[in-house]
Formats: sequence, C-alpha cells, structure tokens
Amino acid sequence: MLWGVCLLAALTAVPLLAILGEVLLRGYDQLSWSFFTEPTPTAYKAMKAIEAGEPIPGGIANGIVGTMIMLGMAVVVAVPVGILCGAFLAENSKNRFAQIVSYLTDLLQGTPSVIVGIITYIWVVVPMKGYSAIAGSVALCIMMLPLIIRSTEETLKILPASLKEAGLALGGNKARVMMKVQLPAAFGGIFTGVLLAISRVIGETAPLMFTALGCSLIRFSIDKPISAVPLLIWEFFNDPNLQELIWGASLFLLLFVLTLNLTAKYLAKKWNQ
Amino acid sequence: MESVKPILEFKKTCVSYTKQTMAVKYVSAAIEQNTITAIMGPSGCGKSTLLRAVNLMHNLYQNIRVDGEILLNGENILSMEPIDVRRRIGMVFQRPAPFPTMSIYDNVLSGFALNGIKLSKAEKDATVERCLRSVALWDEVKDVLNKKGTFLSGGQQQRLCIARALAMKPDVLLMDEPTSALDPIATKHIEELLLELQKEVTILIVTHNMGQAKRISSKSMFMYLGELVEYGDTETMFTNPSDERTKAYLTGKMG
Amino acid sequence: MNDRLYKILLFAAALIMPIVCGGVVYALVTDAYEAFEHFGFFKFLTSSEWSYTEGAEQYGALPFITGTLMTTLLALIFCIPFSLPVALFVGEYFKGTKVAAVLSTVTDLLAGIPSIIYGLWGFYTLRPIIMALNISPQGSGVLTASLVLAIMIIPYAASLSAEFIKMVPNDLKEGAYSLGATRAEVIRKVVFPVAGSGIFSSYILAIGRALGETMTVTMLIGNTNNIPDSITSTGNSMASIIANQFGEADDLRLSSLIAIGLILFLITAAINMVGKMMIKRARIA
Repeated sequence: MLWGVCLLAALTAVPLLAILGEVLLRGYDQLSWSFFTEPTPTAYKAMKAIEAGEPIPGGIANGIVGTMIMLGMAVVVAVPVGILCGAFLAENSKNRFAQIVSYLTDLLQGTPSVIVGIITYIWVVVPMKGYSAIAGSVALCIMMLPLIIRSTEETLKILPASLKEAGLALGGNKARVMMKVQLPAAFGGIFTGVLLAISRVIGETAPLMFTALGCSLIRFSIDKPISAVPLLIWEFFNDPNLQELIWGASLFLLLFVLTLNLTAKYLAKKWNQ
Repeated sequence: MESVKPILEFKKTCVSYTKQTMAVKYVSAAIEQNTITAIMGPSGCGKSTLLRAVNLMHNLYQNIRVDGEILLNGENILSMEPIDVRRRIGMVFQRPAPFPTMSIYDNVLSGFALNGIKLSKAEKDATVERCLRSVALWDEVKDVLNKKGTFLSGGQQQRLCIARALAMKPDVLLMDEPTSALDPIATKHIEELLLELQKEVTILIVTHNMGQAKRISSKSMFMYLGELVEYGDTETMFTNPSDERTKAYLTGKMG
Repeated sequence: MNDRLYKILLFAAALIMPIVCGGVVYALVTDAYEAFEHFGFFKFLTSSEWSYTEGAEQYGALPFITGTLMTTLLALIFCIPFSLPVALFVGEYFKGTKVAAVLSTVTDLLAGIPSIIYGLWGFYTLRPIIMALNISPQGSGVLTASLVLAIMIIPYAASLSAEFIKMVPNDLKEGAYSLGATRAEVIRKVVFPVAGSGIFSSYILAIGRALGETMTVTMLIGNTNNIPDSITSTGNSMASIIANQFGEADDLRLSSLIAIGLILFLITAAINMVGKMMIKRARIA
C-alpha cells in the first residue's frame, strides 16, 4: 500500500512538469526584448510574415500594460476594503451580521469567475455603454476581495490575544491598537494573502472577455477596451495566424504566476518563524 | 482605624461570566498608596478576574458583567471611560508581550502613540531613558534601542513591558503573574525592581508563588472560590492566618 | 479616530459583502427574467433546443446542465485515485517531512496554474494522445475536458483531505498499533472512519470548483450544443456556452445565457454551502 500511495502521489507531479516543460520548450525562443515592448501584430501582418518564412513581428506589450493597469486599480480598491472587512470579521466573530458577512464571503469566493464576468458586464459595461479597463478591474476586484478578507481575518485571529490586550491596557482605543499593534503584527500574513490573490486573478480570462474585451494597441486610458495577457493567449488560440505567439505569452504568464506563488509561500514560512 | 485615604478601594465588587455563576463575589478591600499588595489563591479562585476588573479589561467582552464599585481616588472606575481608566492604571501580563513590530524605543513610548499623544524628540528620549532606568534595563539596551523588543531575553522583555506601563505615569500598576514565565534569576531581578518601584506607584500583583508574595508584598489577599477570604498584613497572614482555608493553602494542603 | 467612528468604518467595509452578493443575485435574476418568462422556467431547464435562427429562436439549458454534470462527475472519478494518495502521503505516511513539503508545493503550484494554460496543454498535448489512441476522432469532448479538470481539482481535494487526515489523534492510531494492526489496517480502520466526513466534504468543495471551471472546458469540450450521448462525444458546459456566446449574443439569447449563469450560480452556491457546512461539522467533531 505504501508503494501504491507513493507511486500515485508522485504521478501528480507529472502534469506540473509536463505543462512547465511544454510551455518552456515551445515558448522560450519567442521571448525577446521586442516581445515585451511591442504590441500584438494584426492577423494580416502575421500572415505576411508566415508566408515569407519570417518570425511573427510584435509581442504582448499591450497585454502586459492592460494587465498591470487593471490589476493596479483592482488592488487599490480591494486591499483596503478587504483589510477593513477582514478586521471587522476578526473583531466581531460572534455577531450575527458578521456571520452573514462571513458566509457571503465564502459564497463570493466560490462563485465561478465567468459569472463575475456576467455581473460586471451588467453592472459596468451596460451602463457605461462599452467595454473598458474599469470594467475589467471591477471584475478582478470582486474576485480578489474574498481572498483578502479571509487572509486578513485569519491572520488577525491567530495573533496572541495578549497583544491586543496589552495595547488596550495602555489606554489605546481600538482603532489605534488595530493600526499600531494588530495590523503591523499581521502584516506578513496579509501581504502573503494579497500576493496569492493577485496570482489567482492575474490569469483569469473568462471575466475579462466580457469586460475588458481586448485591444491590439498599447493603451493607458481606463474608459476604453484594453487587453490583458490571458486575453491575448485566448486571441492567439483562436487565430491560426497568431498561434506562434501563444507559447511565449503563456510562458510569461506561467512564470509570473508561479513566481508569485512561490514568493508568497516562502514569505509565509519566513514570517511564521 | 487609620485615616490614610486608600488609593484604590473595592466595594462589593462582583464579576460574572454567566448569569448563574460569579467568578468574583462581593470583594471589599482598600489598597493603600505606595504599597505592594499580593493576591493569592488556588487557580480558578478569581484572582486574575478581579485584577482585570480594575482596568476594565472585562469591558472588551460583551457577556462579562462587573457589579459593585471600584474606587480610584474616590471615583468609581466602573462608570468612567475605559480609556481614561487604562491610562491611569497600567497592566503587565503573564507572558511578556512587547509589540513585535516596534523597536525597544518605540515599545517604551507605545502608550503615547496609542493615545495619540505627540512628544518632542527630547521628551521622547528623556522618557525612554527614565523608564528604562527605573526598570534597570537602560545599561543593557541603551546601544540597541532601535532593535526589536522581541530580541531581548524573557526577563528583559518583561522589564520592557513594565517600562512601557510606567511611561504613562500610572497611579496603580496591575501585574498578572508577571514572573510565572521567567527563570528564577530573572524573577529575582523583577522582584527587586518591584520593591524599588513601590516608591513611585501602587502595585497590585497576582501571584501563585507564596514565596514571592512573602518576599515583596506588605499586604496580602487570599481568595478562594471567588471570595476574598482574608486580607491583611502579609507578615500576619503568613505567621498567623485567621481563616482555616488560608492556613490550608499556605501549608500546601490546598492546591 | 474614536471607537465609534472606527466601528462605523469597519461596519461600512463589511457592508460591501451583502451589497455585492445582493447585487449579483439581483442582476442575474432581473436579466434572466426575460428568458424564463419567454420559455417558462421548467421548459427552459428541460428543453434541449438551442437555435438562434431569427424568428424561431429556441433556447433550453438541458444540454449544458448535462454537459456540466458529466464533466464534473467524470473529473471527480478521475481525481480520487490521485488526490487520496497525495493526501495520505502528506497527512499520514510522510507527515511533517521534507518530501511531504515538496509534494504539497507541487500541488500548490498545480493549483496556481491559470486555467487557460491548462486548456492549452489539454489541446496541444492531451488531445493528440486521445486521437492517437482512437478514443475519439476529433480528440476534444467530454472525456478530454474531464481529464484536465481532474488534474485541476486534485490540489483542492488533496490539501483539504490531508488536513483532516493530519488531525486524526495519535492515541487512536497508537491504540490500533498496540493491538497489532498494520499501517494499512490503521488507515482503513482508524484514519478513514475518523477523517471520513472531512475527506468527503473536501470532495464536495472540489466539485464546486469543477462546476464553474470555464476556459479549460471551453477549449476542450468541442462546443456543440447537444446533449453528449457518450463520454467521448462533444458538448458544452454551462460555463463554456457562456464563454463562447456571451460576446456575440443580444436580447433573448443574452437573457438565456444569463439564465444559465443564474442556474450555475445557484448550483455552485448550494454545493459550496453544503461543503462548508460539512467541513465546519467535521472540524468540530
């Protein structure tokens, strides 16, 4: 039985290695300076290059810029709101309203991302009469919120009670004890939670399809359609002329996400000691 | 009766966690200024509960009720703002709990930061030095004031916590088994320190260590099952306890 | 800031949850209403027609509900023989060792891979294998999607199950060992019965994940709007039909897609609620 368990457990590493291997082998030679600085070529340009036997020109800069803009806006809203809401849950765990909020956090966390896309389409795209970076960032924000709330709540709850009591015993009010004692002590856990939340949503495709839509230009305006790295992968997947770019984009996304994951895990371990 | 006005006075103080049971039952006692009063008793007797009532720690938990009166300089604490009470009554806990994200320097000043009181650099430096000197920590840490308080040894951490409480110039200092997590040498240092400190501040200390009570306190309380069984001069209580239960406890017949 | 203001601020932040969740339900219900009103709620659920010929529009959710249930169920079946050994490896056999830490890092990383990359891998690696093995001519279909889905949910099922296996008290296990039980017997007779409800609930939550998984399924299921008649045939799941058609849909079709979204939301919410409740109960016991 031991050998059976070891064998089957070891087999789960196969897909990870297979995926990493495939993306690396097929994607590494596409990565170049211009891949990160130039926007996606049009299908026509790509077709011409293929016919001439040349590598496809251009890169994924429009996607990287779009991802960063939307992620940035989502983080700016989701982090403070998530931390405050997490603090509320940690401070009032027995209160009836907090239990409802806690339940709804689970509900939102379990909601499929494609539905978050639909919702954001109804809430933002329809009233604004168009796809936009704002809509995309709202979708990402909704998906990040429950993750940040949970990690904040859990980190605050495992702090020794003596810390909070010591702060209050010095005459501090609850707000100051939270700001000066509890949140600083919980910083490691909250930071890790934010990193994981970012790595969770950065690869999301479905919710961006109905909100940010995509765009072949490098754009900095937030009220117009915008691209994102996963959206580009989806575009390349569907356009035979652009298929060559798929692996470079995937490699970039995969390395980004896995690095964030490993960093978060490493920091969590370091701060726990 | 002496006419010394007590600094702290319990008047029929009761604490209850549930409607049916009382953890502290009708405690009445007057504490004189600049004394060390030890509160003893077997575990679960309500000694920590009584101590925590004094700086309104029980207010943090909705289901705990405190009844009766606790007077600080004649004023009933129970009807005062918790924050005002806690500024005047410091507390040191069982486990040393310096704030882990603050330096030694900031730990001493944390009471001011937590109360939103701004100090000038000179005032800060003076306060830090005064407080660390009065807990005999200054010489040991004066060169590492910017290090985190958590780098210190257990005994040093506890002295840092006492310094932190003293910085607010409290009238009364509550100590909840402050040496139970420390080794004998660190314990001895703290005890010597407390004997010094009683000149500045009135100390109320919960201890399960009878030797400690005998060594440092001038008055002692013995509590049992939530009641204050006996309160008087430590000397008298140890040599000639008036209650059978006190006697049983002091002679080790009750745990 | 005084305590009153602080309380109000925290409360206001917490209010965002009821507002967002209420908004989700409200938006889905109002926008799905047209489809339900046009076709009738039960007719919509049970009809297998999906045609957008103008004038004869006919939309029903049955093919996609079936597709979702089939992919989810198959993924669950494929996932158990791997996730359970991983859980035993991490939570029992090599509890607290370096190898266990490595294996949990591997599963954590598996959980971190974006679903669109799983889809690519399934499309370019797994699909040719399925074709080469003559399992299905076009390679994509319910089976292909389920296989990749299974890999995606292994980490969720395994890490949660491992947590419950770890919590089995040592004295129970030692009691069995002292009676002469082998390790395999201890696992069968002590660990599984004690951790059983926790392990079960971790699979419920894994189902909750698989139900809503979008990109992988969209890229691998073949995207045909019929009820799959076998596990090798093509189809669509609720999530994949939305991903495929939402961008180009309007009016009645849009409302029908949102109606499918509402059904998917309700099913995942129910499954997750049951899973969470069971986990809470298993943690207390």
